[in-house]
Amino acid sequence: MSDHTPTGWKRWAYSTNHKDIGSMYIMYAVVMALIGGTMSMMIRLELAEPGLQFLEDLHFYNVLVTGHGLIMIFFVVMPGLIGGFGNWFVPLMIGAPDMAFPRLNNISFWLLIAATVMLILSVFIGGGAGTGWTMYPPLSNSLFHDSASVDYAILALHLAGASSILGAINFITTIVNMRAPGMTFHKMPLFVWSVLVTAFLLVTALPVLAGALTMLLTDRNFGTSFFAPEGGGDPILWQHLFWFFGHPEVYIMILPAFGIISHIISTFSRKPVFGYLGMAYAMVSIGAVGYIVWAHHMYTVGLGVDTRAYFLLATMLIAVPTGIKIFSWIATMWGGSITFETPMLFAIGFIFLFTVGGVTGVVLANAGMDIMMHDTYYVVAHFHYVLSLGAVFSMFAGFYYWIGKMSGRQYPEALGKLHFWVTFIGVNILFFPQHFLGLAGMPRRIPDYPDVYAGWNMVSSIGAAIAGFGTLIFLFVIYRTFTAGEKAAANPWGEGAKTLEWTVSSPPPFHSFSEPPQFDAKPEAAE
Amino acid sequence: MLSKFNWFIFSLVALVGGLPFQAHAQMAHPWQFGFQGAFSPSAEKLHEFHSLLTVIIISITLFVLGLLIYVVLKFNRKANPVPSKTTHHTLLEVVWTAVPVLILVVITIPSLRVLYFLDRVEDADMTVKIVGHQWYWSYEYPDNDDMTFDSYIVDKEDLEEGQPRLLTVDNALVVPAGKNIRLLMASGDVIHSWAVPSLGVKLDAVPGRLNETWVKVNEPGTYYGQCSELCGVNHGFMPITIKALSEDDYAAWLLEAMEEFANNDNDNKPLKIASLQGKASVWEGSNE
Ligand SMILES: [Cu+2]
Repeated sequence: MSDHTPTGWKRWAYSTNHKDIGSMYIMYAVVMALIGGTMSMMIRLELAEPGLQFLEDLHFYNVLVTGHGLIMIFFVVMPGLIGGFGNWFVPLMIGAPDMAFPRLNNISFWLLIAATVMLILSVFIGGGAGTGWTMYPPLSNSLFHDSASVDYAILALHLAGASSILGAINFITTIVNMRAPGMTFHKMPLFVWSVLVTAFLLVTALPVLAGALTMLLTDRNFGTSFFAPEGGGDPILWQHLFWFFGHPEVYIMILPAFGIISHIISTFSRKPVFGYLGMAYAMVSIGAVGYIVWAHHMYTVGLGVDTRAYFLLATMLIAVPTGIKIFSWIATMWGGSITFETPMLFAIGFIFLFTVGGVTGVVLANAGMDIMMHDTYYVVAHFHYVLSLGAVFSMFAGFYYWIGKMSGRQYPEALGKLHFWVTFIGVNILFFPQHFLGLAGMPRRIPDYPDVYAGWNMVSSIGAAIAGFGTLIFLFVIYRTFTAGEKAAANPWGEGAKTLEWTVSSPPPFHSFSEPPQFDAKPEAAE
Repeated sequence: MLSKFNWFIFSLVALVGGLPFQAHAQMAHPWQFGFQGAFSPSAEKLHEFHSLLTVIIISITLFVLGLLIYVVLKFNRKANPVPSKTTHHTLLEVVWTAVPVLILVVITIPSLRVLYFLDRVEDADMTVKIVGHQWYWSYEYPDNDDMTFDSYIVDKEDLEEGQPRLLTVDNALVVPAGKNIRLLMASGDVIHSWAVPSLGVKLDAVPGRLNETWVKVNEPGTYYGQCSELCGVNHGFMPITIKALSEDDYAAWLLEAMEEFANNDNDNKPLKIASLQGKASVWEGSNE
């Protein structure tokens, strides 16, 4: 086959190939994760003991908190799950030759690099943004952050947002138009479903963020006062706009994780996904309800009590489809013939840890109860359980599940399992005590804390060190995979792996399918 | 170090023995697992509701964990070499949709009650206006000639015996115990949040807005809290101390305070601007 495969740096810089772009996204996410992770290690180092030990400059502490949040959300989880695994496996799973708009795909990736440059500039010009990733005005207004740092951070998010919107348009078009003959929506693999819902969320939520960011930018530079009370504006307006984007954003990060986990559970249980349609529509309803719950991030800003009552009720609803997903995964395993390779370990770990993060979410949904929890470490523990232990576990699961397919080389199984156990133990020691700290009243985003909180903070920091060690093991796994990994078969997982990516070689040819594969096996929805 | 260790042992003993944690009720204590003590009707209601929530969420978590363990033991390749083909079970799917809805109803009803109870008080005995600043609080007593004073953190070196670091202020908010107090929140610069966990109060102080909540401190004592919304460099260093006094003591304090703070006027205080070069020392010695 004449592939016209470009070579050298051009293959990557000019790439329009979904697999190459996917690989770049994944490598990019790993690098950014190391940066964001280093920031969190610095935070945990400072918080290991009461008093100020390592960070003299308290503004820098706030910059770390801000940078860690922004990087992990916009530059690790989103590019890793959507840009990385989405790009690689959506076309493969639906039997498409590539994404619908290959050049758009290229722009999406390089816009993200431009965004990263902006974010880095924001740290080095004017000392960085110490606003938290939520960038609440007036703190983010020019009166309180008078250097260009916040402007650079805003532009970084603008570019990252544009990158994601373009990517999302690409995914929607690809999924709607390029499925293999016979693959109706109701036979589409669940990962494709998850990316489709995620892409809709991106296309609709990100423009709201872009609008809000632009308003903040003009407030800062051109004398408008959308969010400035002295000019008749309202800082709470920012919070409404931000969280109208920000809550769907949470699902943007977790829905692709749901998709990945479904495939892994099914593959290693050697059974089709239980309740396929329920699973698909649970994701759709989580996405839909995600638009109408945003103010549960704002229970203490002074909203009217009836408004809070509404958001309490709406937020509670999300527990139902989430429960359906958890129970369906377990039902998929029920009656299965399960083996416990590394991806499966991460997937089972995901189910349990996501449950822990989910039930504390139910606690936080209660507007009254939230008065005790809001802005404490309880919230920090909650969202790290769903994101750091949820989304990130799914990324590890996906990495181990697909690395053989992507690179043609299989990871070393024993090292992978070691990585899982060290990480699992580390993150639990790291984040579980934070529930106690939060219940006891420790506020988040503080560089020093009253001495009574010393004990659990030390435990938490020890957990961080263990999790950090786990990351080193992961890097070693990558190294061993590429230097000494066994050649991966087209399908290393056997009978359970039924989606189309396992029908092509590992790694797949530059153009995966020269003609559309016939799709009648109905892998997901076998009746 | 030794005392930390002792606390750890004590906590373990207490946990095993099921002793209630009430040692230093007004503030947290080392190795604490749950809430601080409850010293207001709001906090009591929240504690009661949280007990219900805790039972529910721990049961759910253990249930899921139990299922996972069962599945792992029972349906691994050795125990079950031939996988079943089941992918549907309508009754089961209806059950795991309906049961969570029922659980949510059980949660939601008391939740709404607590929410409305906490919101505000109809018949307040007095009002205190709380204004957040970078990085201190000021307290105004509109019922008492608009008496106003500022409340700054006390630096570590100036702490007296028994005063907790990072929680002690020079001028605490003083209120009478047993009275319904309306709290009004505002801010002079960025958003802050006034929070006292043992009293079940947390409300943002937002510039351009006047937020309202209430508190009734059950008994005389000292209660602590911290700013709970990122407000800049010294966000971690603008604590809240609230002293509740008996009615007589409060009356006596009020006489003295009105004299002491007679010349304070919050309106012409210069707006403090965040210093990007802010160092740990910014809050030191900022007492007026
Ligand atoms: Cu503050």
